Amino acid sequence: MSAFWELVRRDVLIAWKEGGTLGVALGFYLVVVVLLPLALGPDLNLIARIAPAVLWVAFLLSALLSLGRLFESDFEDGSLDILATGTLPLEAVVAGKAIAHWLTTALPLIALAPVLGLLLNLRPDAYGVLVATMLAGTPAVSFLGAIGAALTVRTRRGGLLIGLLLLPLFVPTLIFGIEAIGAALSDADSFAASFLLLSAVSLAAMVLAPPAAAGALRFQLQ
Amino acid sequence: MKLIVDKLGVRRDGRAILADLSFTVEPGSSLLVLGPNGAGKTTLLRTLAGLLPATAGRLWLEGGKSDQSLGELCHYVGHLDAIKSSLTVEENSRFWQRYLGGTGPVDVALAGFGLLALKDIPAAYLSAGQKRRLALARLLLAPRLIWLLDEPAAALDQEAQAALTAAVTARLGGGGLVIAATHQPLDWPNEHSLRLQPTARAA
Repeated sequence: MSAFWELVRRDVLIAWKEGGTLGVALGFYLVVVVLLPLALGPDLNLIARIAPAVLWVAFLLSALLSLGRLFESDFEDGSLDILATGTLPLEAVVAGKAIAHWLTTALPLIALAPVLGLLLNLRPDAYGVLVATMLAGTPAVSFLGAIGAALTVRTRRGGLLIGLLLLPLFVPTLIFGIEAIGAALSDADSFAASFLLLSAVSLAAMVLAPPAAAGALRFQLQ
Repeated sequence: MKLIVDKLGVRRDGRAILADLSFTVEPGSSLLVLGPNGAGKTTLLRTLAGLLPATAGRLWLEGGKSDQSLGELCHYVGHLDAIKSSLTVEENSRFWQRYLGGTGPVDVALAGFGLLALKDIPAAYLSAGQKRRLALARLLLAPRLIWLLDEPAAALDQEAQAALTAAVTARLGGGGLVIAATHQPLDWPNEHSLRLQPTARAA
């Protein structure tokens, strides 16, 4: 088990020292969210109504940017070979790297989301539920993303391919996430159902993605 | 424990890279895998490390535990050095030590390959030979029975080659097995050699 947390610790340390990947993701999130109201014009009610959807979609796009590199650098410098000969099964390696991705990319993006909410005239009572749905829903993004990253690890310029592979998989998270926010704002009873389904998608992804991604990696290492 | 390879065959993309290969490696002895480029030396080492599946034959460790895969008993030092350039020499080696199940200070392993003075600098500033030394230092960070080395002496100066020979000698003295693919004489104790020829590439 110590090998697992050592791997998480290393990935967090590398992300902290390199910084570039996170900077790009945060910058991209900011740019997308800023551009959209400019394109829509000064209709504050319209912008406030679509704000949760914009924040979620832009989040997914920003997270995609960094997912392509999840296994690529370890593959290129030979670390993946050594990780595979460790006592830790490859499934656990995948889980560790997905957790590190969530900590280093998803968490900062979630922290930025309420700030960007200000730019979108997000309703004051929506901030808490926005952050709550993102915290519950985004582990699915990192774990499902690991499948796409594993499948494209040998593909040069696999960034676009990973988007095509992953965006359909993100649909349940996106729908339940926005549904939960909408229900909370209109005081509908369906909030609990949507929020629980959102959490269930995350839990299922955390269980199912590691074996799938590990299978893809074993194939790619050959 | 004795490593036995029996009628091993490896195919990649439908081409036979290795076919009908049998050999044994006794504890405390080293095996040099020789042969021209493309003869399958790296393929053999990666198969032994469990990174490539054998398509024919089998390989096993006589007297080994059944719940441990061969890969878990091997150190594999390939062409790539598995070094993170943003981490320091010490951070790199500490990670691999803990990941591979070693204990104790990393200084001993770093000193073994003459890297102690460099331990606080980021690995990005290391030369090719120094990176190679750092990759080889992994051998000393965690104890493992079998060492699989792919061109271990490439880019090494004489001092580092002597350090490698000393490390290999110590491992062999402790009953370990060392298998290296090489083009240059390594002059290790208890040395045997296996010459690979490019197989007929019948589809």
